[in-house]
Amino acid sequence: MRNRASSPAVPRAALLVGCAWLAAACATAGAANPSGAVGVEARDVGGTSAVGTVPVAAEGTDTTDTRDLLYGMPNGAWRSTYRPLPAKPTLIRGGTVMTATGQTIQGGDVLLENGEIVAVGKGLTAPAGAMVIDASGRYVTPGIIDVHSHMGDYPDPGVQAHSDGNEATSPTTPQVWAEHSVWPQDPSFTRALAAGVTTVEVLPGSANLIGGRGITLKLVPGRSVQDMMFPGAPMALKMACGENPKRVYGSRGRFPSTRMGNVAGYREAFIRAKAYREKWDAWIEGGRKGDPPARDLGLETLAEVLRGHLFPQIHCYRADEMVQMINLSHEFGFHIRAFHHGVEAYKIRDILARDSIGAALWFNWWGFKMEAFDGIEQNLALVSQAGVHAILHTDDDMGVQLMNQNAARAMYAGREAGIEVSRNEALRWITAEPAWALGIQDRVGTLEKGKNADVTVWSGDPFSVYTRADQVFIDGALIYDRKQKELQPTSDFEVGILPEATFEGAKGGVR
Amino acid sequence: MTTTRRTPGRAIGLATALVAGTALMAAALAAPAPAAAQTIAITGGTVYPVSGPRLEGATVLIRDGKIVAVGTNVRVPERARRIDAAGKVVTPGLMDASTTLGLVEVGAVGATRDFALQSEDPVTAAFDVVDGINPASTLIPINRLGGVTTALTAPRGGLISGQGAVIDLAGATVEAMLVEPRAAMMASYGAGAASAVGGARGEASLRLREALDDARFWKKHQGAFDRGASRSLVESRLDLEALQPVLAGTMPLVVSVDRASDISAVLRIANDYGLRLVITGGAEAWRVAGELARAHVPVVLDPLTDAPTDFSHLGARFDNAALLQKAGVPVIISTFDAHNVRNLAFDAGNAVRFGLPWDAALRAVTLEPARAFGIDDRYGSLEPGKVADVVVWSGDPFELSSAPETVIIRGRVMPDRSRQRELLERYRTLRADQPPEYRGGEGGNGADGG
Repeated sequence: MRNRASSPAVPRAALLVGCAWLAAACATAGAANPSGAVGVEARDVGGTSAVGTVPVAAEGTDTTDTRDLLYGMPNGAWRSTYRPLPAKPTLIRGGTVMTATGQTIQGGDVLLENGEIVAVGKGLTAPAGAMVIDASGRYVTPGIIDVHSHMGDYPDPGVQAHSDGNEATSPTTPQVWAEHSVWPQDPSFTRALAAGVTTVEVLPGSANLIGGRGITLKLVPGRSVQDMMFPGAPMALKMACGENPKRVYGSRGRFPSTRMGNVAGYREAFIRAKAYREKWDAWIEGGRKGDPPARDLGLETLAEVLRGHLFPQIHCYRADEMVQMINLSHEFGFHIRAFHHGVEAYKIRDILARDSIGAALWFNWWGFKMEAFDGIEQNLALVSQAGVHAILHTDDDMGVQLMNQNAARAMYAGREAGIEVSRNEALRWITAEPAWALGIQDRVGTLEKGKNADVTVWSGDPFSVYTRADQVFIDGALIYDRKQKELQPTSDFEVGILPEATFEGAKGGVR
Repeated sequence: MTTTRRTPGRAIGLATALVAGTALMAAALAAPAPAAAQTIAITGGTVYPVSGPRLEGATVLIRDGKIVAVGTNVRVPERARRIDAAGKVVTPGLMDASTTLGLVEVGAVGATRDFALQSEDPVTAAFDVVDGINPASTLIPINRLGGVTTALTAPRGGLISGQGAVIDLAGATVEAMLVEPRAAMMASYGAGAASAVGGARGEASLRLREALDDARFWKKHQGAFDRGASRSLVESRLDLEALQPVLAGTMPLVVSVDRASDISAVLRIANDYGLRLVITGGAEAWRVAGELARAHVPVVLDPLTDAPTDFSHLGARFDNAALLQKAGVPVIISTFDAHNVRNLAFDAGNAVRFGLPWDAALRAVTLEPARAFGIDDRYGSLEPGKVADVVVWSGDPFELSSAPETVIIRGRVMPDRSRQRELLERYRTLRADQPPEYRGGEGGNGADGG
């Protein structure tokens, strides 16, 4: 059994509500604020939000408040049921603490209490009853964050029955939500955790122009995806440029089959969304009198993008196509939070910086298709140097286990080419910047007082190939420990899957 | 550049023109330094000959494309070009034992892909990749800058895919690059192979044995076969002929297989026919490590495999390499890639992270693959008489902070250039007064461009 501390779970503090949702004026205020978190509280884990405890309104008597209704979560449905695992106060002592805020503290301490980081510094005192982790000779960083994952939607084993990541039956499917495909027993989740990753965003695939909503998860075991949902994290809208949508539909003789078809497809969808939003906003401004307009799941999602409450995360490789998408966002007045893959982001890094659009990139994947032909290993370094929110992402169940290493490689590739990259900057590519892209930068991504106690302790320098994640904390709970078998979660799928007795070479294995 | 509108009739021509344009540009980038092979002395480095213990402050002397001396007491001829490797690490050039280098330019562009047949026939043993290798591929300079100097480039797919070749990552012609043509017969076993023959592993085994039986029969009764007096044979004459070196044990049968029971099945077949076997993939090889060790069968693996990605990978784990090595199985590390063969050192470093001894990891990307393909008399270590494929690294070759500083192939220092480095230079600065199109690049569309 888990070696749990005795103190009960402490409910997470409510999120800041940056935009006063209850005021209709705010909900119709126009384009999103391109900087900072929107502060949607849609995934709040309030005391009565757990499934089964919320009274369901009788038909026709809508008790849902406006923000939840617009967000597509009436009657308290679809909310996070995540509760941090109980934990004692924990002092991580004497490590090399990399805060991702520019500080590296040799012989530094991090104190975790009530699910939060309560102090970072030197010579901290452990509260009574605290667990003390000796981190001498080891490194301490924020938990790693991946903004681009399909874990749970394309779970292992990768059989057809598990293919749940692309609703590739129509090029425009804003009505689908990635979370409704997530299988919490995907063995990939625990592997990512064991690599020091604490938060991921699961997105629909790129077969469609508009693929649907994405969801931010904490890498905690859960019986449902709701048990894993990052409370308060805004949801994403996944969109895709270029070769994939036009190939998937063009090969069936359907629309779109060209890049110009792609752009027409986005524009048509947002024209409808604009009208839908206006209809709903008028109903709200009119005091919610009479029957509400009929709901349309897809347009509801796009309207929330227009209101700035859902973050567009756009799969796009080529520089010119990213500019096309920026034009699209200008036409309809929304802000693109980040381009994902962005193999040519380096070519337009000035534009990305100007519009405060993040660039979520690989270290060196290239050449697997035409739009990935111009990939260079200095992409991250160049983009970062230009002041863009530079993010290392993976889109891959193995890559997510190598994020610290690939950030290091991108840093060294930059330096080798004469591009200045600091270790703090490279660490931010996998912590603070992805947190920004997901709108949870006030909660995670750095080691700072008041943030979620999502922390990874490494066996050595996280930028060395030989280093391993030793311990991982999520909201202050020690959720993975490389040295303690009982603190290594595994998925149900792996239970009894191999006849252990026949493991001829297993003795003395290195896990 | 063509301005013709794209019509169905022109599509192929246009695509060909684009490919040709890419190839021309790549040829310019791929051409090695024109200097004739010369005498090169790499001095003062930490030298890992692989065939022997590490040497501190040693010299590697190269002449006419060959290594002539390795040691701490080597006299450097005056006319030698000196490369100061003090504080640096010197290793043999790395060899990747499973790639499709030179057989693909853009993964999703079929016209640039030459490693797989679109064949109904699951047995295509006669298929030889050599005449499909493109020495002008942009992938070659990009990957050799990662310290990889030699690779098996080989076909994939089906039950018996065909024959792979070992190439050096340098040369303007296939002849110049070829280290060993027909170095391996590639095959696969397990779910993929089963689906190629009707959906069951037992059938894959049967077809494999039938092909080998037929090849054996054909050799004995070739005259009768040519006269049309033989019983009918399932495979074509060319396939039967191609399988002869496999039956003779002079060409390894390289089988891509992952599940432990499938590896055992392949071992039985190899034993029954007396084949020289190499396992690739081998996700569950550690489960049959003893069997593999007793049969002296090497395993080519990707150390970055740890998940039950399918039902043949249920036992995949990061310490596969470490467990196999401990059991006495020759371990070889591969990227199984083309575009990022340059990740080979990174992959080897990760094998070390999960328990493979450092020296074994270096062997796994140098001498072990050379042995598996029968070229260890010429490749895989720094020894007098061997081909001078040598890399000088800024530090520990596996460490993320290290990079190759000098790459030498057949005694020539390779140029520090690739299409990706050209792109980097083109976009190093963004200037409003000079669009990037006016900067760098050898592939312009005019004779005087560049």
